[in-house]
Amino acid sequence: MSSSPSIRYAHIGCGAGFAGDRPDAAVALVEALAERDGARYLFFELLAERTLAEAQLRKLEDPALGYATHLFAFLEPIVASCLTHGIPIITNGGAANPVAAAQRLRRQLKTQGLDAKIACVMGDDLGDALDGQTARADWLPADCPREEVVSCNVYIGAEAVTQALRDGADIVIGGRLADPSMAVGALRHAHGWAADDWQHLAVATAAGHLLECGTQITGGYFADARRKTVADLANLGCPIAEVGSDASLVITKTPGSGGCVTEQTVKEQLLYEVHDPAAYLTPDVTLDVSRAKLETLGPDRVAIHDIHGHPAPATLKGNLGLRGLWFGEAGISYAGPDAVERAQLALEILRQRLGARLPQLRPHFDLIGVASLFNDGSGEWLEKRLREAPAVEDVRLRLGIVDRDRDAIDTALQELEALYLNGPAGGGGVRRQLGESLRTQSFLIARERVTPFVSWQ
Amino acid sequence: MTNQDVLLADFVHARAGDKGDTLNVAVFAFESRHYAWLEQHLGEAAIAARFEHRHPRKVTRYCLPHLDGMNFVIEGALEGGVNQSATLDRHGKSLSYLLLGMRLPAPDG
Repeated sequence: MSSSPSIRYAHIGCGAGFAGDRPDAAVALVEALAERDGARYLFFELLAERTLAEAQLRKLEDPALGYATHLFAFLEPIVASCLTHGIPIITNGGAANPVAAAQRLRRQLKTQGLDAKIACVMGDDLGDALDGQTARADWLPADCPREEVVSCNVYIGAEAVTQALRDGADIVIGGRLADPSMAVGALRHAHGWAADDWQHLAVATAAGHLLECGTQITGGYFADARRKTVADLANLGCPIAEVGSDASLVITKTPGSGGCVTEQTVKEQLLYEVHDPAAYLTPDVTLDVSRAKLETLGPDRVAIHDIHGHPAPATLKGNLGLRGLWFGEAGISYAGPDAVERAQLALEILRQRLGARLPQLRPHFDLIGVASLFNDGSGEWLEKRLREAPAVEDVRLRLGIVDRDRDAIDTALQELEALYLNGPAGGGGVRRQLGESLRTQSFLIARERVTPFVSWQ
Repeated sequence: MTNQDVLLADFVHARAGDKGDTLNVAVFAFESRHYAWLEQHLGEAAIAARFEHRHPRKVTRYCLPHLDGMNFVIEGALEGGVNQSATLDRHGKSLSYLLLGMRLPAPDG
């Protein structure tokens, strides 16, 4: 880096962008971070909208569970190295039970003869406020079906993460920490940025937002066979943000890894799940990327300029996890001459049978190979594609149903299976699955009603 | 559609994201010189027409000329979203390619 010696740099790597990510990529990332000078941090983003509700159900079954299922698959390969090199680890993979995760981690470290300062960031879980005391939960949406709530968490910001790091935490385990706030907490610690330093917090939030989906900024979920080729997709490298005390921001990746960091990959991630680019609301700051500019500094090195920040919103977003819905799917395939026509026959049979026996359900039909991903519930897209007489000889009829009545869905799926004997010729490969479909409902709550805090374990 | 129409995927790249029942698709021109053409032809009405079968409540376009791109926020396009959709792709992650499959009048030059 050719830069003024008075500028200090912090280096943040992201080892996972979702709960199902590859656990092995973070090993090389930690090696790369260890070779860098300055403050270094590693974070793992392991939650999605519904994963917290699922984690809460696991905790209800076993109070020692409720953290992200694969949390330890991510932590085990790198935790000793991070402790050796003084690289704090931050994760929201504590999910519904950060304390249980911390206790298990402490036990495991002990067997390796290691010790660590482990901080839990708590206060996001408002589930206790729902236990029958209506007066305490006046922020709940009026139409919220109380009896179906399994989780209630608020997206909390960086403050407690910064505090834990300032007090010497080696590992910070939270629940519904907002994704970018893990990076913001690290950068506030590294550079001493204040909680109302909107401009700097915006840059930190942009860094966190760009990193939070892991390899989605290093060529993952980006490659296209002809127009956007990416080298060595099987070994994508984890992303690293270099953030200067002057609020400069550069994205790069683990040296020697597959993938790429280009202006194209950065652009796609910059707007990922963003609505108004001038007002991306987070617990820490209102981020404005509407005037952002990118600059390629070298291979796999892209700088982001002109990030702006506005005061954080007065409210925080919360998510309720709700039970009550079931999701069933089943499919049967047809191949060879007139495969599409036979699948259409099968579809008509199902429409008749379900219409007569289970008229209350809203079945969704796809013809995989002709129209599926782009389909709609009323079959408009499928009809349109069928009118184009697609030349396909291998199709799969898929039935999907979401409803409150599990038994009715099961009966509908049984109707698809019955096509084996009762449907058109040559149908094969029936598979069916039916499971609970947790859903979420979001709400807003005044910031002062939520009190994040650090709990040392 | 005429012979002069071009496939959008040859001129732009895109990524989709979801929040509940709202889809966003960010679209970026491969080359800066095509941004003005994109802004002229890829408006809210064109996107609403492309997603017509999903019956979106509202389409909003945010232009990002510094990035040669635009962000479309398409409300109500996800059949209820990951929470209650019976579709194969409940997140709608594949819908960036519904947009990229559009055809537009060829740009000049």
